[in-house]
Amino acid sequence: MIPLNWYLILAAALFALGLFGVLSRRNAVAILMGVELMLNAVNINLLAFWRYRAPVHSAGMVFAVIVFAVAAAEVAVGLALFIAVYRRFNSVAADEINLLKW
Amino acid sequence: MTAMQIIFLLTAIVTLVSAFRVVTTPNMVHAALWLVAALVGVAVLYVLLSAPFLAVAQVVIYIGAIAILMLFVIMLTRREMRDRGPQTGKQWPWAAVLAALLFGGLVWMVQSVGLAAAPAADVPETAIADLGKALVSPNGFVIPFEVASVLLLAALIGAVYVAWTRRNS
Repeated sequence: MIPLNWYLILAAALFALGLFGVLSRRNAVAILMGVELMLNAVNINLLAFWRYRAPVHSAGMVFAVIVFAVAAAEVAVGLALFIAVYRRFNSVAADEINLLKW
Repeated sequence: MTAMQIIFLLTAIVTLVSAFRVVTTPNMVHAALWLVAALVGVAVLYVLLSAPFLAVAQVVIYIGAIAILMLFVIMLTRREMRDRGPQTGKQWPWAAVLAALLFGGLVWMVQSVGLAAAPAADVPETAIADLGKALVSPNGFVIPFEVASVLLLAALIGAVYVAWTRRNS
């Protein structure tokens, strides 16, 4: 059987990679990809704890389903924003979108 | 080392290499395809965790909808960023240090807690039916479920409004 530690460490590595992507990339779509990786890491953790701690309750799976729905909503709004920003600035580089920066 | 552990390690390697390429490759289309590979790896992990319904949902929602939507937007916003110029900001060493610190801290925390190696119980045969009932039962999670539906509707309307082309202005 696979120890619970392995899942948690894999999820931690995936989360760290996603965080690195969010903080370092210039392209806004790449930043959103980093957020997706982080959400997936969280989902692995939720399901691992559900499987190893409370498999007879469905609360862990419900959490994961809600995370799916929130991720879909976040990507839809985020990508619509990037298209609107691209129309205005002709760019999706995060460091060139500085209208609100002084 | 059992067969399950070998499958887990292979999946983990594929997932982490794909995730690493997602955050480092300069070509955005390649990044989206590597993201698909990483999401497939996570779906395999869901199967290993005996959650087949969520593995299918992962493939349908994440790969079928989200990753493809990202490919669309990459193609729509392609002109400026295509493979030229630096893809990472000048703050990337700090980002790497922060991510490494976070990973080290999480691993240290996981190792120091001392977690059970084996599951507490087997997953019941009716796990997926229970999930469906829990999502619509008043004693279960019907309110979060309805809130999630309203959130999705609001996100849909908001996305259409934000991306709308106003031809007159």
